[in-house]
Amino acid sequence: MAEHVHNHENCKKYLSLLSDYIDGNLNEEMCEHLEEHMAGCDDCTIVVNTLKRTVDLYHTSTTEESQGLPEDVKSRLYKRLSLDDLKK
Amino acid sequence: MVRSDSSTISYSIDALRGQDRDAFAELVEDTSGQIYHLLLRMLVNEQDAEDALQETYIKAFQALPNFEGRSSLKTWLYRIAANEALMVLRKRKPQPQTVEIDKDDEEIEEPREIVDWCCLPERELLDQETRSKLTAAAQKLSDNLKMVFLLRDVEGLSGEETAAVLGLSIDVVKTRLLRARLKLREELSAYFAEKMKNG
Repeated sequence: MAEHVHNHENCKKYLSLLSDYIDGNLNEEMCEHLEEHMAGCDDCTIVVNTLKRTVDLYHTSTTEESQGLPEDVKSRLYKRLSLDDLKK
Repeated sequence: MVRSDSSTISYSIDALRGQDRDAFAELVEDTSGQIYHLLLRMLVNEQDAEDALQETYIKAFQALPNFEGRSSLKTWLYRIAANEALMVLRKRKPQPQTVEIDKDDEEIEEPREIVDWCCLPERELLDQETRSKLTAAAQKLSDNLKMVFLLRDVEGLSGEETAAVLGLSIDVVKTRLLRARLKLREELSAYFAEKMKNG
């Protein structure tokens, strides 16, 4: 594994833009600058791609998880709220 | 009650403000699962999450007459839940993984792990071991970063909603989100690099 050594300020300058870039919220001009930089910087391309993949993985893994309330937790919640008679 | 979709809840605010039990029960029915899982991700401990869940709805019910509707009902509930979670976290003795203090004005740490693991097959990226790693990596984040990350990238709140829930500026939310994502990327990159090395 290579260690990412920043020899110039460019990579650093673009770091603060990466979240907006992967979210598609970066303005067109900055987007072009970043993509131009990435075209000549393999390290930054890897960082951007793995950053996006990281966010995707969390999103996928958590959306697959159940969002329901366990039945026992639900019963105790409704009881505490005095809503037992309205529990579905 | 009018409901547009699962992410945008639009109840009869008047009924809720009047502490109507039926309307409140509907609100609890529709939102408690999501709030519970958010609390569980923030607090990890099931009992703490359940206690915070109950407190969230007790406080919500008490505060309903004063709900002004300036934020959405979902954002309002998330804010009460997030405050409950923060209170629990503050009461706990400092944990080794959460004592790290993140200063928002500090320079963002540069990436060090440069390994392209995007090419790994999907089944490997989402197997049980990796899922455990994802959970462990998120738990290593400081509370400030974790809150923003969970609300933005797991719960899918917008930057504006996250800022409203946590009482932060949009710029602080953006900075914390970037820091959190970069830290998680570092953790996962080191993990996948090891996996790739071992074939």
